Amino acid sequence: MITGAQIMVKALEKENVSVIFGYPGAAICPFYDSLSSSISHILVRQEQNAAHAANGYARISGKVGVCVATSGPGATNLITGIATAYMDSIPLVAITGQVRSDLIGRDVFQEADITGATEPFVKHSYLVKKVEDLPRIMKEAFYIANSGRKGPVLIDIPEDIQKKSMPDFDYPESVKIRSYNPTVDGHALQIKRAVEAIAKAERPLICAGGGIFCANAQEQLRAFAEKCNIPVVVTMMGIGVLPTNHDLFFGMVGTHGKSTANKAIHNADLVILIGARVANRSVSSPNRIADNAKIIHIDVDPAEIGKNMPVTIPIVGDARLILQGVIEKSDYKAPDSWLDTLRDLRSKAKPYNDRCDFVNPKLFMCRLSQHMEPDGTLVADVGQNQIWSANHFEIREGRFLTSGGMGTMGYSIPAAIGAKIASPDKQVVAVCGDGAFQMSMCELATARQHNVPVKIVIMQNNHLGMVCELQNKHYNCNRVAVCLDGSPDFTTIAKAYGIRARTASNDQEAESAIKEMLSDNEPYILICKVCPDESSI
Amino acid sequence: MKHTISVLVENQAGVLSKVAGLFSRRGFNIDSLAVGVTDDPTISRMTIVVNGDDYIVEQITKQLNKLIPVIKVKTLPENEQISRELSLIKVACTASQRGEIMKIAELMKAQIIDVTDRTITLQFADTAERTETLEMLLRPYTIREIVRTGIIAIEKGSTIAYNPK
Repeated sequence: MITGAQIMVKALEKENVSVIFGYPGAAICPFYDSLSSSISHILVRQEQNAAHAANGYARISGKVGVCVATSGPGATNLITGIATAYMDSIPLVAITGQVRSDLIGRDVFQEADITGATEPFVKHSYLVKKVEDLPRIMKEAFYIANSGRKGPVLIDIPEDIQKKSMPDFDYPESVKIRSYNPTVDGHALQIKRAVEAIAKAERPLICAGGGIFCANAQEQLRAFAEKCNIPVVVTMMGIGVLPTNHDLFFGMVGTHGKSTANKAIHNADLVILIGARVANRSVSSPNRIADNAKIIHIDVDPAEIGKNMPVTIPIVGDARLILQGVIEKSDYKAPDSWLDTLRDLRSKAKPYNDRCDFVNPKLFMCRLSQHMEPDGTLVADVGQNQIWSANHFEIREGRFLTSGGMGTMGYSIPAAIGAKIASPDKQVVAVCGDGAFQMSMCELATARQHNVPVKIVIMQNNHLGMVCELQNKHYNCNRVAVCLDGSPDFTTIAKAYGIRARTASNDQEAESAIKEMLSDNEPYILICKVCPDESSI
Repeated sequence: MKHTISVLVENQAGVLSKVAGLFSRRGFNIDSLAVGVTDDPTISRMTIVVNGDDYIVEQITKQLNKLIPVIKVKTLPENEQISRELSLIKVACTASQRGEIMKIAELMKAQIIDVTDRTITLQFADTAERTETLEMLLRPYTIREIVRTGIIAIEKGSTIAYNPK
């Protein structure tokens, strides 16, 4: 005989899950009771961070991230983390305990309709009603999360189902869902049309998004751009598809992007969108771009094509396979004049100026990347620090993680913990503001307890900088509820957690602090004093 | 413009809320929605009538297709479908008015299914347009209550929406 809880654990083992992030409670206790030593459990300090940590883990490991919470408040605390993963197409399986089946709907202690509450933010969800369904559901959940357009899948399992036994357990080898068959191969005719359109282009441009990472198509993207001499811009989720110093790379587009990138997209006569959703922060006037250019849109999710931008040639499928097809069929080379124009614009970027009274956060990000190992990971939070990181951190072989779609403050520290667990030999640095830090500083204990040596940079300006900027610009400088007076002394906080910390008040101090921070494999908090009037762009 | 969308879904708990939720959160307006099981007991069919332009209908189709339990989505063009709606209409009716209302029923091919000394109840199965006409004709007598199922529709000719084989 085997219990539901044991089936859950066996299924995780079968799916090669070696680490899960969670927080226990009464309704999930049978599962915790069955946990085996082959799966290490990272105890976070709040459930939302279990989802963020699983998110960071998934993005670096390429596997499905798993987070676990109990019923009621445990489950509802997960929601922001699930929504964050949904917006960025990160494969997660979220497992929640639920009250006993016979009590569902009676508003008993710690009961919440979590499948109902998460419906808009999950790729799919299950409320398990029979223990016999568990093997199939576990198998399907992992398959759905990590295929097609990736995303979070929730499994809500009542306590009695976890305890119930069944005689035998067979984990399905394969999945067959008649209503779910994601398109993988691009349509040959559409690829041919795309190749023809590229051949006619005078000012072609690739705009790459996070879908490149989901499809693991970095190599193909680079080969395509290099073979055809096509310049590349990225959305925030696409940062890292090409090294920042690559000759064909022209930065991030959008309201907070680089002006060269925006000029490129507005002057192109052919825009090749790959794995990008064309949301308003990346492309604020899609129709104007489409008026001047032909648009080729490659995405695994057909619903993204034509949603926010008119499209000339849609190609549904896996970006890696489609790009492979395009590379094979195309012998085009973009004219040098177009690239020269862009290079010229790029070269006019303003140099950094040293500050003596504060740390210049843009210069700081640039220096941080230079001191880090080439394959290190930067996890940016949300706010001004995200924009500084996106535009000034130089990516070589590493990754840039952030909550691009949802813009969830507090993402960086738990996601960095997940990323570090996924790549213990690589450097992982989280950058956040003093606002976001206080949203997830409880996770310092998680890093301590499980010996996860993440490095944390706090850009401290005692304000919610991004909101300040907004209030200055659009609300007549009426600064409301943006001052963070009352914040604790972060070095004392660090000390309380037994974490080394240092404060840098100017660029010189910052540089030596970076060196110290990166010199060993221990957690570290570096506090940068930043001018409250520093702009994000 | 009105569009009729035929959606085949897994006959499971929670599917209706997934479909209905999608409409509200993406800002699409449902005119009517009718659900019933098909000849295959594991599959239900939803007939959804929506108001919107071609962009909206394309988005609805694509977003519906993304829901895992949705098996097939098909838009039924206006002139290639046969649609019907069942209505039960309770009309205030004195003994002296009974004859007039029976005439209207006969004219419109509605059935009288219940009579009291103060009311008369009609059953009507026809297009949405003819249902509106019947309603208009009955309004002067005071409609006490009306219950409509929403449109169900099927393609004209021998084509079918989904063949699992």
